Amino acid sequence: MSHTTGGAAPETARVQAAAAPPPPPPEEVIRPSGRWLAQVEAASGVKAGACFGCKKCSNGCPLTFAMDLHPYQVVRYLQLGQMQRLEGCRTIWLCASCQTCLTRCPNQVDLPRLMDFLKETMARRGQAVEEERTLLFHQLFLKGVAKRGRVFEGELMAGYLLKTGGAFGPEALANAKLGLIMFRKGRLKLLPARIKDRAWLKELFK
Amino acid sequence: MKAKHEPAQRVSYYPGCSLEATARDYAESIAGVCGRLDIELVELKDWNCCGATAAHSLDHRATINLAARNLALAMEGPSPLVVPCALCFNRLASARHELMEGGSLVIEAIGRMGRDYAAVQVKELNDFLTQPAMIALAESQATQGLAGLKVVCYYGCQGQRPPKITGKADYENPQGLDRLLAALGAEVLDWPFKTDCCGASHSVARPDLVYTLVARLYERALAQGANCIVTGCQMCQANLDMYQQQIAKEMGREVYLPVFCFTELMGLAMEVPQAPKWLGRHLVSPRALLERTDLPRQVWERL
Repeated sequence: MSHTTGGAAPETARVQAAAAPPPPPPEEVIRPSGRWLAQVEAASGVKAGACFGCKKCSNGCPLTFAMDLHPYQVVRYLQLGQMQRLEGCRTIWLCASCQTCLTRCPNQVDLPRLMDFLKETMARRGQAVEEERTLLFHQLFLKGVAKRGRVFEGELMAGYLLKTGGAFGPEALANAKLGLIMFRKGRLKLLPARIKDRAWLKELFK
Repeated sequence: MKAKHEPAQRVSYYPGCSLEATARDYAESIAGVCGRLDIELVELKDWNCCGATAAHSLDHRATINLAARNLALAMEGPSPLVVPCALCFNRLASARHELMEGGSLVIEAIGRMGRDYAAVQVKELNDFLTQPAMIALAESQATQGLAGLKVVCYYGCQGQRPPKITGKADYENPQGLDRLLAALGAEVLDWPFKTDCCGASHSVARPDLVYTLVARLYERALAQGANCIVTGCQMCQANLDMYQQQIAKEMGREVYLPVFCFTELMGLAMEVPQAPKWLGRHLVSPRALLERTDLPRQVWERL
């Protein structure tokens, strides 16, 4: 940035500063590597290399207000091989899979599938993630499915609240109240449903 | 001896887990309305959970197999396979698409059950019940107009997108529910948030996100002059109904927007006697709204 004069920040630095989490220090040099892009494309089936950065995905995304990386940045970091940035980001867990980005993408880059692929990779490694409550909820949900072939909402919520403090902490009263209302309205099932043919579940989740 | 009644139409039916519990109101209204329309819903025998957000987030192989088994079960029954939950619909349709393209993740136990995935037509219930012929049928059965209801129709995301999976042509501005409700006498208001996401999958772990997303929907629905919201899916219904008080508090304004499943309003228009029971399961009581309409007293007096 030899053309910078006075105290004004160079354009690139300002753009980076706008995107939380903490931007790389200005002296950091990103060394692009094509290795990850090819690997992730092959394993997920998502043609992330086709993205030319129009940002339509991010303009239409309803959850950018809570994200640390905008969806196009996830793709861009992947193209540049910066996997460590994707592993530590919240965005992949905040994506609601509403499919707006894929629907509007001129190159049909399947971003929701890419987010899923990254989530699954993280979860299988057992690494700590940014949105651990979301991961926990998904894990408990799948545990129930593996056990019965159906979801039992009562057990799922109880298990989740016990593990997150919602059963004892300050949220407990509000949760109990809502649970009681749902029960009175006939919207809580007390006994779980289960499917009869369960042998395949063992094979599926082994 | 009286001959066994042959229904006008038989379809396969995948209810999904939430219709057995939190969405009982929706399940009951579907049974009531389809009974009145002479549509037999043939429930898939021993169906399993679609895996929902958890499976597609953490286990791609599981999400494909959970859907593949349900699709294989549907190969035995009448067509199409009708699905009332938008997320279940999206999971089944997505897996079908991947399997038709030759996805190879199906485990032996599921693959043995059947592999003709192309033969299973998967249809979202609100899409099925808003085909022109169905709207005409519903209209012919309706005995009570819904005048006084100013509705915005909320379709949500999973039933609409991506269009190559859902097969929807009007995915940015769907019309089916709008046409149905207009035919039943409601005043249908246009609005731009028909297919925006309500964040239902975040309602447990990140309710703060849901509050922001749903507040946007309330603001816009009120700005259009709506006095209620009609949903095409029970997850949206629950998400917009259950936290309305808290969200209104955070918005710093009063919000009174009863949230109906579309089948509940069909039931009211057709005067299905159980309709008040369905509405009694909502958290935002529609009583104060229905009192102001021409609907008969017995519909709302016990809400």
